[in-house]
Amino acid sequence: MKRYSLEHEWAILEGDTATIGLSKYAVEQLGDITFVELPQITQRAAKDESIAFIESVKAASDIYLPLGGEVIAVNESLESAPELLNDDAEGTWVMKITVDDASEFETLMDEAAYLSYIETL
Amino acid sequence: MDQLKRTVLFEKHQQLQAKSIGFGGWEMPVQYEGIIKEHQACRQDAALFDISHMGEFFYEGNLEESGVNEVSTTDFVALPVGKCKYGFLLNEKGGVIDDLIVYKLSPNRLMFVVNAARIDADFQQIKSHIKSGIFEDKSNVTAKIDIQGPKSKALLQTLCSFDLDELQYFGFTETTLLDAPAIVSRTGYTGELGYELYIDNETAPKLWDQLIALGATPAGLGARDVLRMEMGYSLYGHELDETITPLEASLGFFVKFNRPYIGKEALEIQKKEGIPRKIIAFSTRTKRAPRHGFEIFQNGQKIGMVTSGTFSPSVGEGIGLGLVTCAQYQQGEPLEIKNERGAVAIYETTLPFYKKS
Repeated sequence: MKRYSLEHEWAILEGDTATIGLSKYAVEQLGDITFVELPQITQRAAKDESIAFIESVKAASDIYLPLGGEVIAVNESLESAPELLNDDAEGTWVMKITVDDASEFETLMDEAAYLSYIETL
Repeated sequence: MDQLKRTVLFEKHQQLQAKSIGFGGWEMPVQYEGIIKEHQACRQDAALFDISHMGEFFYEGNLEESGVNEVSTTDFVALPVGKCKYGFLLNEKGGVIDDLIVYKLSPNRLMFVVNAARIDADFQQIKSHIKSGIFEDKSNVTAKIDIQGPKSKALLQTLCSFDLDELQYFGFTETTLLDAPAIVSRTGYTGELGYELYIDNETAPKLWDQLIALGATPAGLGARDVLRMEMGYSLYGHELDETITPLEASLGFFVKFNRPYIGKEALEIQKKEGIPRKIIAFSTRTKRAPRHGFEIFQNGQKIGMVTSGTFSPSVGEGIGLGLVTCAQYQQGEPLEIKNERGAVAIYETTLPFYKKS
């Protein structure tokens, strides 16, 4: 199941591995994505800490970890083709992490809650 | 905060599902389908911009005796009828109150086209320096639509009885569009072949729809900013403001010293003693985009600030303009920009960033 953070990242948890990406809403707000600064493998961050960075023609934005953990993989294809996020935000992963505390996943919003949350923005 | 004003085309933008931003006191479309698509439409086809937020003033009177010829760096007396010219309203210190284009409609009639955020300041500045004649702000009744791009001429010609081939760059004509009086000028801020259309508020929505039906792509202020950046054109509030002179903004070409105007003495002193700051143009040589407000460093010293920056789809790199202190800046030495995320190397380059192949 996919869950969402207040900062518009999505996460899918399988065992203690979370796959993380950006919501369609976030990508639409940023517009044409031109650059993604991916984290380093083994880089660690706590929940809601900035770990990566994204630029669009219009603006720049941090990517926050929706769950605390350690980066174990990054989607390198975003380095040469950041526009993949514009084409399919919900289907394009940015990084995978080993989570420190799987229960943090339960604090994230499900899709219905997230959709009502972005209505309020 | 004051309510944002809306142009007569606001409903059209809503129908097109544009995203809006506050700009110069106006709620303006920043993009419709996407900045890159709109940018490409302008470079390769024809793009349409709602620029109705900009101000239009009209003056009628004796250009030589009323004092109007001293309000701007442009010599309106020498300007031929049917031509428009880029210039500045300066304060006594030579700082830029606004950059503007003035149209010579007849030997005693002018139209001033000014930035939206500066309408009140400009009107007061001009009004307080003219001794006679009729000076009116018609911004609220004048809409402005820009059509820009290689296909703009063919497209606009189908609506226009005037032969557009007769218009040279910075030439204009008073004609009709959709049976309403219109001013059509061969100008723009994108570096492409293009036209700026001044029309009454009632006709503007019909004209907008017709131009789209003919194939023009609506484009927002986001694409417009990228297009002007690629040409290295200045934007008020970025490269220009009341503390920056045109000489510092590297726009000395548009400033002549052969006649009196407000601010001229200050510019003469600056010319003689040397300018304290100057604008440099640079690329990141990567996809990293510089942004307004990033600090510029050289040899570990802060020497200036980025005034404008973006990713350039035409060049495929981050491009920027920055204001640096001449006493600290050393040409040829490595430069970098810094923000809270860290430093990025930048490389000085020449303008325009985008050159047509």
